Amino acid sequence: MTQSVQDQVIAIIAEQAVMDVSEVKLDATLEGLGIDSLGLVEAVFAIEETFDVQVPFNANDPADSQFDITNVQSMIKAVEGLVAAAGN
Amino acid sequence: MKRVVITGQGAISSLGTSATTTMEGMREGRLGISDLVIRDVDRLSVKIGGQVHGYDGADYFSRQELVLYDKFTQFALLSAKEAMTQSGLDISENLSLRSGVIMGTAGGGLHTQDENYRNVYEAGKNRVHPFVVPRLMMNAAASHVSMTYNLQGPAYTVATACASSNHAMGQAFHMIRSGATDVMLTGGSESMLVFGGIKAWEGLRVMSKDACRPFSANRNGMVQGEGAAVFVFEEYEHAKARGAEILAEVIGFAMTSDAADIVTPNQVGAARAIKGALLDAGLNGDEVGYINAHGTGTTVNDKTECAAVRDVFGTHADKLMMSSTKSMHGHLIGGTGAVEMLACVMALRDGVIAPTIGYEQPDPACDLDVVPNIARDAKVNVALSNAFAFGGLNAVIALRSI
Repeated sequence: MTQSVQDQVIAIIAEQAVMDVSEVKLDATLEGLGIDSLGLVEAVFAIEETFDVQVPFNANDPADSQFDITNVQSMIKAVEGLVAAAGN
Repeated sequence: MKRVVITGQGAISSLGTSATTTMEGMREGRLGISDLVIRDVDRLSVKIGGQVHGYDGADYFSRQELVLYDKFTQFALLSAKEAMTQSGLDISENLSLRSGVIMGTAGGGLHTQDENYRNVYEAGKNRVHPFVVPRLMMNAAASHVSMTYNLQGPAYTVATACASSNHAMGQAFHMIRSGATDVMLTGGSESMLVFGGIKAWEGLRVMSKDACRPFSANRNGMVQGEGAAVFVFEEYEHAKARGAEILAEVIGFAMTSDAADIVTPNQVGAARAIKGALLDAGLNGDEVGYINAHGTGTTVNDKTECAAVRDVFGTHADKLMMSSTKSMHGHLIGGTGAVEMLACVMALRDGVIAPTIGYEQPDPACDLDVVPNIARDAKVNVALSNAFAFGGLNAVIALRSI
């Protein structure tokens, strides 16, 4: 059975946060999970590799990037959008 | 302690194939950043850089030399030649024993690496050129400069990422000041504009895809460049005795480590390095008229650097000028401090302050006089050059007009 986008994104975030997937709540922020800018860049890379997509993200201005990192939920939604657009 | 002066300078950058033309570019506020012309550029998401277009090593070196010289070595040798010619130094057998070379580079022979990884991994070849190792080694440029000018004293390479050149020049300064040597060729060289060199930086997501706009509110990252600069550092009495033209005096140097984060810059570590250079030079902050900023054009560097300068200089921060020439030639990584030192010499000698081009919107977090877009005439007696590297390694050099 293939994992949902949501499960895979949570797994990627959990790995960066060094937490169990069950501890990563949808409304959690990266800051709240203790993920710093390097961790975020690594998570973006993992997302690109996992889903074979290009994530529009510039660490110079995360807020201005088209990749919404407000919380876990918004990141999942963004990845779902990218996956749908890529037709993967 | 001995005094140390600069008696020659040479460079190559996207602004010009000499120190003279590079400084002309800085004076004119010329943009040396353009579309990259390299193999597989279509597979890169960052397609711009401060590339030395139209460069062909065969215009300067023989076939026998080229088989041993990676591009970063070629850049270093061309710069050293210009610097030595200007200095008028004749390295006698005696002097050669008291002369050396310290170069900075972050990547070394990356063209050689890139090309030969392609050969063995992509093309599946099982044989590489016999000189791959002597071409790619980090000390190749320093060694070839040493061989070309018979510099038989200390010769080595410093690799501290984006601060490599400043660490190298600082150590060369120490060598002469301590009396260990009389002459040092020093600076830095980098030629990272190859597919792998840019692809690696892309991964960090700190690169701009359109322009380097240091201190501007709409800045969106750094842009890589390539090139080199080499200076002749000479003991003051030695230079005076032979009637050499002195370009500037090196009066202080300090280095610190943030001991904090592998990529994020740190205001405290940067401020300690700036303060340390002032202390080493015996300067009051208000004597400094110009700072050549590290000014990478990333959000974090520029605001951290401005905060560090405010911290050190207090109210004088509003009077001094600070510009980033990376806006014109890009970030030469290990070679950057050397090329940027030209802007300090130009300020002290010619009274021309290089601008920060691409400046479009004021940023309250960078509210210093960044000499936006147009060079300025100003009398400056003391200049600093900042370099703050990944790894939290900071190196600041102080120069005075003479």
